[in-house]
Amino acid sequence: MSEHTHHITPYKTLGIILVVLFFFTFLTIEITSIHLGALTVTVALLIAGVKGFLVLSYFMHLKHESLLLKILVAMVFVLFALIVLITFIDYAFR
Amino acid sequence: MRKETKYVSYLDYEGQYKGIFGWIFSTDHKRLGLLYLYAIALFFFVGAILGLTMRVELATPGETIMKAQAYNGVFTVHGVIMIFMVVIPGLSAVFGNFFLPLMIGAKDVAFPKLNRLTWWILIAGSILAIASQFLREGPPDTGWTFYAPYSTKTGTSVIIATTAAFVLGFASILTGLNFIVTIHRLRAPGMKFFNMPLFPWALYAASWIQLLATPVVGITLVMLIFERLFGIGFFNPDLGGDPILFQHLFWIYSHPAVYIMILPAMGVITEVIPTFCQRRIYGYKAIAISSLAIAAVGFFVWGHHMYTSGMSEQARWFFSLLTFIVAVPSAIKVFNWIATMYRGSINLQAPFLYALFFIFLFIIGGTTGLILGAVAPNVQVHDTSFVVAHFHYIIFGGMGFAFFSGLHYWFPKMYGRMYNLKAANWGAIILFIGFNLLYFPQFIIGYQGMPRRYYDYLPQFQWAQTISLIGGIILFIGFFVMVGNLVRGAKKGAIAPANPWNGTTLEWTVPSPPPVENFDEDPIIKSDPYDYK
Repeated sequence: MSEHTHHITPYKTLGIILVVLFFFTFLTIEITSIHLGALTVTVALLIAGVKGFLVLSYFMHLKHESLLLKILVAMVFVLFALIVLITFIDYAFR
Repeated sequence: MRKETKYVSYLDYEGQYKGIFGWIFSTDHKRLGLLYLYAIALFFFVGAILGLTMRVELATPGETIMKAQAYNGVFTVHGVIMIFMVVIPGLSAVFGNFFLPLMIGAKDVAFPKLNRLTWWILIAGSILAIASQFLREGPPDTGWTFYAPYSTKTGTSVIIATTAAFVLGFASILTGLNFIVTIHRLRAPGMKFFNMPLFPWALYAASWIQLLATPVVGITLVMLIFERLFGIGFFNPDLGGDPILFQHLFWIYSHPAVYIMILPAMGVITEVIPTFCQRRIYGYKAIAISSLAIAAVGFFVWGHHMYTSGMSEQARWFFSLLTFIVAVPSAIKVFNWIATMYRGSINLQAPFLYALFFIFLFIIGGTTGLILGAVAPNVQVHDTSFVVAHFHYIIFGGMGFAFFSGLHYWFPKMYGRMYNLKAANWGAIILFIGFNLLYFPQFIIGYQGMPRRYYDYLPQFQWAQTISLIGGIILFIGFFVMVGNLVRGAKKGAIAPANPWNGTTLEWTVPSPPPVENFDEDPIIKSDPYDYK
């Protein structure tokens, strides 16, 4: 069978990440009071992206996985971005 | 009970549950593979009967045996059953479940209970899909593509049918996830990715599509249901929506879904050809990487279904370009299969015969796909029976014939018995003749302007519709020859040896039928999987 080592993340680290996630959730709400115009969605997505990265890295243990798995997960996000981008080749030029 | 074997085969094993419960509560990947086989065979039979009913209706212009609305329902349910319940789960769920662990030297898939759950989900979704045909509102009449805005307005059972497709999607996602983890985590010691057999490679590529593309159609169908129930306006321009958005979202899944069907089919063919030529596969790495390339590029070609939808000109040429690019890795596989046959010791048995037919039919389906991939001819033949013919040459001629090839190839391993080899060859030949008579005339009248999904037509197309009906009947005769021979073989056939075809991959190293946990000890892999020295 393929080799696989288990890594146990300390509770303290998980607690810190949880607090950071709460902070970003609070930030997502608070930032809506600032008028950013066209950037509103971008900023919301950026914050959500950071939160997703933290959840993947620590809660889903990706930080301790092999490079191959990290690349595979990254490729999923690249795929998503490309699909959105290609769809907009239609909408932007219609 | 097989007294000649000293081990307990998966067929004879009696666990916590007995009889039929010993099957539907089993977590054994081999039993689940057979459960999928029986369920899918039943669905295929229902779908095929609906298909033949359509051909009978089209035998003469005007009404023949049903009204136009009934015809709309029949072609929709035929499509939903065949796509979501037969060809998408088909090869992965049956042969993937049965042979993936055996071929990589594992005792089971990574998540056996999840595997059992996926079969239950398939059955639940299938019951919903078939029920949609019989509800008071009448069968859905949108076609299997459920295009908005019509699907948001028709009074037929669209919600039940789309819910069925949504539920079936979960089975596909979970199977894909299970196979990816199995391949990453449970390969036998010494088996690197590049000495893994090529059927698991194909399953691996297809599984990624299942995992990543299926949620898109799931969400799309939920959007459609919400649109119908609450009038939100996703696809309604009056409310700021866009009907073409539905087509984008639908095809973002449904074009890669073609590769969910065809990649494992290519994997089967890649196993059959070296075995029946007794020759190492030509271009192992090229075939393995081409599977990933098809999966990757296949994600970005969905727009070629939408050239006439009103999509932007820039998007049309972009999707056309990518469509031509995706043909390259498919062609790489075909060239490598043919190169493997060159100077091989060819044994013309049914699995190989089906594989040859697959290549022939897939080339016709593939090259007509290039005609459809180019914008100008696509506009000419869009929504004609040319598309129907192309689609069936790929899906039925490709996936279907590969399924028959795999079934005849692995049948001795699955049941521990042989079928009649001569009858199997005759079954293959009859199916091949019936298939071409059924679908080839549709290319010609499609080019001449016969629309698809029309229940009436101009008298000038009747000659082709008649030939297609004759082809459909011959196809059915072929099915009965093939299925009768296999059923008889499973019950009364000669006892199969462990390796009747002299194959080299790991599934042929275990007895037929395999023991419950496949291998007494983990196999150690030291050579490549196609070593025929």
